[in-house]
Amino acid sequence: MNMINVDRSANTDWVILFFCWLIASVSMLGSLFFSEIMGFAPCVLCWYQRICIYPLVLIFGIGLFSFDAGVIKYSRPLAIAGWFIALYHTLLYSGFLPKSIQPCSEGVSCTEKYIELFGFLSIPLLSLLSFSAIIALLYILQRRISS
Amino acid sequence: MKKKQIVVLASIVLVLLFVMGSFLFKDRQQDTLSSLARKNADALVREHSQTMGSASAKVAIVEFMDPGCETCRAFDPFIKQMMAAYPGKIKLVIRYAPLHQGADYAVALLEAARKQGKYWETLQVMYDTQPNWAAHHNPQPQLIWQFLPRIGLNVERLKKDMNDPEITRLIGQDMADARTLKVTKTPGFFVNGKPLVSFGYEQMQALVEAELRANY
Repeated sequence: MNMINVDRSANTDWVILFFCWLIASVSMLGSLFFSEIMGFAPCVLCWYQRICIYPLVLIFGIGLFSFDAGVIKYSRPLAIAGWFIALYHTLLYSGFLPKSIQPCSEGVSCTEKYIELFGFLSIPLLSLLSFSAIIALLYILQRRISS
Repeated sequence: MKKKQIVVLASIVLVLLFVMGSFLFKDRQQDTLSSLARKNADALVREHSQTMGSASAKVAIVEFMDPGCETCRAFDPFIKQMMAAYPGKIKLVIRYAPLHQGADYAVALLEAARKQGKYWETLQVMYDTQPNWAAHHNPQPQLIWQFLPRIGLNVERLKKDMNDPEITRLIGQDMADARTLKVTKTPGFFVNGKPLVSFGYEQMQALVEAELRANY
């Protein structure tokens, strides 16, 4: 009986990590679709967020293959760094922060509007949602494993 | 064991979705751009547009270009080769999409040279010497001047003609047409009004040959 419970719990942990991987993978392919297929040039802030999300696909993937709780420790800093950049980008994009302090005055504008799904889901907001979901799932996973 | 399979399977599904999405998007883009070009046929060629080749040629290549664009330079000999391979059947119409920094200046120079009947010679000199004046990090179109006397251009007259407001108007018209036709990269090609959506030598050759077959 006890063995089955442990097994089921481990399964749930794996599924949570699987969702982290899925979100990271969809984000990566989505960003590649925007830049390579639709031809939207990524701005500087987009690149910094990509730096944070792309490695997560591999880190989560390895964690899934041989379930390893250490994956939380290694992935969280990237997710949090990405979250802050995405937050900054979203605020800049939506006009909460003045445009004059943005670091990308040359080249591609970080506030140029490309797409807004359903009228409000911009690319920076999608990124912020991805990082938020990953951080939340990692937090839940951490709580489950340490208890 | 089963879990690894799930990860592998999910990866495959995601990649397949990406590839399918790409094909669907390209397909739709082809349709959109073709119908845009059909609806705005007058934006393809304007009165002022410079044309090379026989006026009676039935295959017209419209090229939105920028004298400072490396790919335009690389593509140019290929276009000329096709024109030579089918003498009298292909003509080339030059439109401007001066997207590079300093490109307006080069285009104004080119248009001024046209008044001395040296348009194509000047364009050739610009392409030949492009690495000298069109470096991306530091474009210096004024360096073109030193290469112009070699084709017998009157530099003094050129300097005066360059400031003709007509040239500014013409560049503005071309840029507006480029926007209308959604040309965002140079060179942007249209062959008898059909846009070259997937860019490359083979694709361009296929497009031109299809039009040759259809018209001759």
